[in-house]
Amino acid sequence: MSAVQATVPFETVRTPDAAGRPIKIHTRNVKVTYGQKQALHGVSIDIAEKAVTAFIGPSGCGKSTFLRCINRMNDTIAGARVEGTITLDDQDVYDPDLDVVELRARVGMVFQKPNPFPKSIFDNVAYGPRIHGLARSKADLEEIVVTSLQKASLFNEVKDRLTEPGTGLSGGQQQRLCIARAIAVSPEVILMDEPCSALDPIATAKIEELIDELRANFTIVIVTHSMQQAARVSQRTAFFHLGHLIEEGPTDHVFTNPLEQRTLDYITGRFG
Amino acid sequence: MTDRALPLPPSQLSGPDVRKISRIDIGLKRRYAAERRFRTFGLMAVALALTFLALLFGSIVLRGYTAFQQTRITMIVDFDPAIIAPDGDRSPAAIMSGNAFRFDDLIAAALVRTLEIDPNDEDALYDGLDLLSKGSGPMLRSMIAADPTLIGTKKAVAFYATGDVDSFVKGTIPADVPESQRLIKDKHIVLIDRLKADGALRLAFNTALFTNGASTRPEMAGVGVALVGSLYMMLVVLVLSLPLGVAGSIYLEEFAPKNRWTDLIEVNINNLAAVPSIVYGLLGLAVFINFAHLPRSASLVGGLVLTLTTLPTIIIATRAALKAVPPSIREAGLGIGASKMQTVFHHVLPLAMPGVLTGTIIGLAHALGETAPLLMIGMKAFIVDYPSTPLDPATALPTQIYMWATEPERAFTERTSAAIIVLLAFLLAMNSIAILLRRAFERRW
Ligand SMILES: Nc1ncnc2c1ncn2[C@@H]1O[C@H](COP(=O)(O)OP(=O)(O)O)[C@@H](O)[C@H]1O
Ligand SMILES: [Mg+2]
Repeated sequence: MSAVQATVPFETVRTPDAAGRPIKIHTRNVKVTYGQKQALHGVSIDIAEKAVTAFIGPSGCGKSTFLRCINRMNDTIAGARVEGTITLDDQDVYDPDLDVVELRARVGMVFQKPNPFPKSIFDNVAYGPRIHGLARSKADLEEIVVTSLQKASLFNEVKDRLTEPGTGLSGGQQQRLCIARAIAVSPEVILMDEPCSALDPIATAKIEELIDELRANFTIVIVTHSMQQAARVSQRTAFFHLGHLIEEGPTDHVFTNPLEQRTLDYITGRFG
Repeated sequence: MTDRALPLPPSQLSGPDVRKISRIDIGLKRRYAAERRFRTFGLMAVALALTFLALLFGSIVLRGYTAFQQTRITMIVDFDPAIIAPDGDRSPAAIMSGNAFRFDDLIAAALVRTLEIDPNDEDALYDGLDLLSKGSGPMLRSMIAADPTLIGTKKAVAFYATGDVDSFVKGTIPADVPESQRLIKDKHIVLIDRLKADGALRLAFNTALFTNGASTRPEMAGVGVALVGSLYMMLVVLVLSLPLGVAGSIYLEEFAPKNRWTDLIEVNINNLAAVPSIVYGLLGLAVFINFAHLPRSASLVGGLVLTLTTLPTIIIATRAALKAVPPSIREAGLGIGASKMQTVFHHVLPLAMPGVLTGTIIGLAHALGETAPLLMIGMKAFIVDYPSTPLDPATALPTQIYMWATEPERAFTERTSAAIIVLLAFLLAMNSIAILLRRAFERRW
């Protein structure tokens, strides 16, 4: 990106959340650079609690980058540098005293490609509770696994084969297993990076249904390249373009009455 | 291709189409020909490689299989207390000390009885003794020392024939040359034929080859000490190079920052893998023997030197195996709040394990066959007794082969090939273990 473009002032336009939900995550002026390349140019957004916020935008605009800032997964990328502030319940996520391991237990993540561990279905879900010491007994652990699988709408399909490898499930089941794995450590936030992009339409529909159920208990941030999906599952939508947050607001507003010309151009398919 | 299936005769096709089809035709023909040529070359290369392999194994086995049998001459020995323990002391220490030739007297007495010769006919007695290994007396002595209750009894003992008799019996040295050019004279042949007819002289499985240490007499020489030495060295190499190599690779691959220093280390590890092994031998000589004053010829020093030669192989293989683990597994682990270390040890390393093990066993197999560095640190000594610890002097299979290969006797030639067969069997066993372990650890994802 040239210096000229980088200095163009983009003003983030925000409309208030009509539902009046409390804010779970505040971000202010988040900038990310990969080596020399700036991927995010100051993103400020408030993410509402127990709602689904969708990030949309053309590919390469920095949606995943921003998502990975929230649970500090960018720490693992050599050369990635994050500036600005991100707070989770008014606690600074980038505070040097904060334990990343604890943060990631509070902010779970589901990836684009289903990535179950090459272990049994049970062990996949039990892994998180085990390393975080969430279960006091074996029965406790079993209960956590079962409820997590139930919450991920997977239990009925796999209850007879919990000892079989998680990698033997279908793509959609694997993704729900990954969601169950994330739920098992009782996170407050679940980040999902294009969770359906590797799935067929039926599996996609199941995941969308699941996301809608999960929002009662979790704050969900989902990156999606499908505007229909954003419209179906989210209460709030944020539109990213070239490393800037262009517009964020209630999903029906963004899709019917966008405040920004670029948002309109994108949702009507004029670029993307 | 549907164009070609058209029922129209070529004359009815328009000009350009005909040209196009024929051009495709020629192109296809050329492609198929190229493929056929390539396949033929490939087959030829494989056939050539297999031929050489068959020749190699064939020649070694043909030359060495006879060494797995050994000519034994069985005689009834009268364990006469008056000769063995003239002063009445039957303790092993007393048996091992004193006049060593008294055991030859026992053998001479047995020979006189077996061949039914006049005890005063010295010539006939010496012709008979010519057939027996010169190591028979000491063998009898150790036998009695190990089991003093033998004293006073009469028992059949299978003595070794000399290497030359052994070769003659096996037909590996010819009998149809003039007597003056033969090591086995006509009088010996008469005795051999007689003993054979009596059933006293027989070919039996050659246990000495596996249990004995070094000997100047081929019939008494074995790879026992070398086997134990090699085993000790493999253990030292395994114990040192597997944890060091795997830990080093994990650090470099998963934890170390990617910068100029780690690049430099990477280049150097690759270079170390290509350093001639004799250089490691010199290093071992300088560091472990001259500086650290570890004992010369010890399997511990051999193992340390071989660890140095093996480490680069293991590190390269382990790093490749770690690289091959999909990054999504690491993301999954980190994403759920596992620490980097937990992610590596719970998820990444188990997936890399088959590759790590394969690399380790290949490294060990290389180390097992390594000769030059062992020669540098003196593991080619003449060692008769088993090493009881890795600090005792020992030899190794490849150096034993090297030493036997320089011996002129026909009986050593076949033992050299036999030792090679033992080494190859050792290697084959190790590779089979590698395949089994690989299977056991392999998981699909
Ligand atoms: N690990 C990385 N190293 C360097 N550049 C990266 C890396 N990840 C993403 N980028 C760059 O950052 C920009 C934003 O990427 P990303 O966040 O993946 O976009 P999106 O998810 O919206 O498609 C892109 O230009 C991409 O090339
Ligand atoms: Mg992305």
